[in-house]
Amino acid sequence: MIELDHLSAHFGQATALRDAILVIRRGDRLGVVGESGSGKTLLALCLMGMAPDSAHLTGKLRIDGQDMSNAREAEWQALRARRVAMIFQEPMAALNPLRRVGDTVIEPMMLHDGLSRKQALNKALSLFDEVGIPDPAARLRQFPHELSGGQRQRVLIALALACDPALLIADEPTTALDANVALRITDLLVRLAQERDMALVFISHDLAAVSRATRDIVVMYGGDMVEHGPTDQVLSAPLHPYTQGLLGARPDPTVLARDAAGKRRRLPTIPGSVPPLDQLPKGCRFAGRCPVELPRCAAEKPEMCETDQHRRAACFLMEEARDV
Amino acid sequence: MSDVPLLEVCNLTRRYHLPRKSLLRRPPVLTALENASFTLRAGETLGVVGESGSGKSTLARMIMAFERPDAGDVLFQGQNLNTTSASGLRKLRQQFQMVFQDPFGSLDPRRRVGWSIAEPLRAIGADANTPRRVADVLDQVGLHPGDAGKYPHEFSGGQRQRIAIARAIVTRPALLVADEAVSALDVSVQAQILNLLMDLQDDLGLGILFISHDLAVVASICDHLLVLQHGKTRETGTAIEVLRAPKHPYTKTLLKAAGVRP
Repeated sequence: MIELDHLSAHFGQATALRDAILVIRRGDRLGVVGESGSGKTLLALCLMGMAPDSAHLTGKLRIDGQDMSNAREAEWQALRARRVAMIFQEPMAALNPLRRVGDTVIEPMMLHDGLSRKQALNKALSLFDEVGIPDPAARLRQFPHELSGGQRQRVLIALALACDPALLIADEPTTALDANVALRITDLLVRLAQERDMALVFISHDLAAVSRATRDIVVMYGGDMVEHGPTDQVLSAPLHPYTQGLLGARPDPTVLARDAAGKRRRLPTIPGSVPPLDQLPKGCRFAGRCPVELPRCAAEKPEMCETDQHRRAACFLMEEARDV
Repeated sequence: MSDVPLLEVCNLTRRYHLPRKSLLRRPPVLTALENASFTLRAGETLGVVGESGSGKSTLARMIMAFERPDAGDVLFQGQNLNTTSASGLRKLRQQFQMVFQDPFGSLDPRRRVGWSIAEPLRAIGADANTPRRVADVLDQVGLHPGDAGKYPHEFSGGQRQRIAIARAIVTRPALLVADEAVSALDVSVQAQILNLLMDLQDDLGLGILFISHDLAVVASICDHLLVLQHGKTRETGTAIEVLRAPKHPYTKTLLKAAGVRP
């Protein structure tokens, strides 16, 4: 359905997304994890045809077999909402505060699917029901500020589903929500993806939410995809040194702050910080921070290397392990 | 001195009056915090866990004496903040400082960070050593002393939070209140900042009140825990008691959300 073939996004000299290779099929549930500046949101915007104008795209981005990497806005408008739709982190900012949420939700149906206002309202009613909004008829007439954070996120999900997209991209959908609400929104997205046979791309820095929501996972760092594989395997036995560092730095609630001798434990960290985009190493982007760096890493870019069981990682260690 | 706890909070209660629904009825009252009590000693960390609306930020604001409680007392090194005059508070404030969640919003974008870090020193009457003190704290939080001449936009989120911490420790406080101080940060940056707080605590003997919605983060740094929900104290105890043998169902829910299996 969607195929990225060495898709890169350049901003002047800097490359914010480098050689992304990815295939998304119907019913896939893919997690994209990575820290700020890793390129995960840019990747999502590329899939929506919403990359900033200053970005120069190279490589191929195929949607339903059609190359969209240099498509014009009009071509994207035909695809958006009906093929790909997106929900964002901050539900309040994504809704027009001056419009009743019902009017916001029916707009794409009237625009893209040519429904009458009445038909669209009926569909919105059933969508609100589907995403678990109680008393949907009353909610349609309310304004965003009258809803709770979780309800707003449900409204946005209903809006994204308005034209029955084949792919739903959720960019940090649970980050602004309380833990309990976040769990319920995550489960809702999974249920919708399964019931509608819709692909879900779940972008988050919250590894617990990603592991709950997805089957496969892509780990990004500095604009590169560094690891790709089944979610449970990647999270339990990461291959790439960056993934290992990221998982290690996550606090574990079962480990107490002091050891038996009463000494305070320190969390394992990744040394240093992500360099600015235009100062990233030419080779592996993790070079300079990597605990197992080889001499060639800084200058030479490691390609994605496939192991058994459909696991891939872009690291020279993988190549060496395979060659032995 | 050592038997007077750094911070003692007794039966602290704060109510807010909500807008009137009708002219004829009394305005509804929201009890944001009800009868919260705890003790924090120097060199220790107390974690306050709860979701939005649990009263944790209200608690922080009263400890910082930004607002007065409706009932109960805050004793800082034995001194009751409720009965301290405004000028007394001004003097005492250098002893307790706060770090906020948003490292973008808490620094003036038009001021060099050295100016922002020195602000608390000016507030208490600047001494001649200000540039030296600023350079020292920048070093302590793992930044370069030369960074004092840069503007906030030149730093990453994690570095900005380091700057906010530098500003908080520049007056050499005894108590640091960290309100969701690592919540806006990436996981690997979060770990660095948590370690930094622990290092500073070891070096300076800081007492830390660490407020967060994230139980895993709180577990990694705290000696004692206070679990708040809707302003009520659901559970309190040592970290080991609360995390290993939670008594209240709400604590159990939080543990489940953090991915811990019972």
